Amino acid sequence: MTCREFADFIADYLTGELPPAVHAAFEHHLDVCINCRRYLKSYEETITLGRRAFEDEDALLPAVIPEELVQAILASRPR
Amino acid sequence: MVVPADESTLLAALRSRDEQAFATLVRTYGGRLLTVARHLMRDEADAQDVVQSAYLNAFRAVDQFSGASQISTWLHSIVVNTALMKLRAKRRRPEESIDALLPAFLEDGHHVEQFSEWNTPADALLERQETRRAVRTGIDQLPESYRVVLILRDIEERSTQEVADALGLTPNAVKVRLHRARQALSAVLRKTFAPGVTS
Repeated sequence: MTCREFADFIADYLTGELPPAVHAAFEHHLDVCINCRRYLKSYEETITLGRRAFEDEDALLPAVIPEELVQAILASRPR
Repeated sequence: MVVPADESTLLAALRSRDEQAFATLVRTYGGRLLTVARHLMRDEADAQDVVQSAYLNAFRAVDQFSGASQISTWLHSIVVNTALMKLRAKRRRPEESIDALLPAFLEDGHHVEQFSEWNTPADALLERQETRRAVRTGIDQLPESYRVVLILRDIEERSTQEVADALGLTPNAVKVRLHRARQALSAVLRKTFAPGVTS
């Protein structure tokens, strides 16, 4: 498996969707290629960071629709 | 969010133009839809405009909604598409290619780039106030069609099928876009959190 192929298979590896033979080849490449080990690590950390990117903003602006917006929506409803 | 116990009852009331049903639809689902709109639009006024337009579209389309999916899923799809239309109307230039943010490879299949160790785990980075801001800035740099998929899948935690249905894509296209979006975001974030890259 090349580094290019390894990069293509990362998403399916993380979701457990690689066929067994490809999974084995992926893990072998992971063992022997430090650059791809580092690349996988940055990919995984990116997912974690991305998933929590809006937590602070969402805490400041809770998921409640302002009453003014409710009234504006209802007032503009086509009759 | 208190979900109505019986969506079919709410749907029937909407179709009979019951005033209280429309108010229930807005108050029950509106907060969550506003959060989605905020993530996509990155501007509060635009987000509220999107939610208002989306609800008007929903009111007009309620007779065509089969009820096969949940009301929340139906409304979410309308908000996403309304947001996309607004984003496209605001965009002055064609969307940039994502290629420059994707990894480059030599002819033998090796990476061009030599990656540094990612020394501080994401969980530790997230204890710093500036981390999330840096990540959001990175997400904002992605081309829109990739940014939207990343937000809907990784942040909104919608399924591949839901995102495919909302965007009119195949599930495989969603998977490919998500993977490329993550690769691109990873390239942007490495500059901040794992610098010292050589090629």
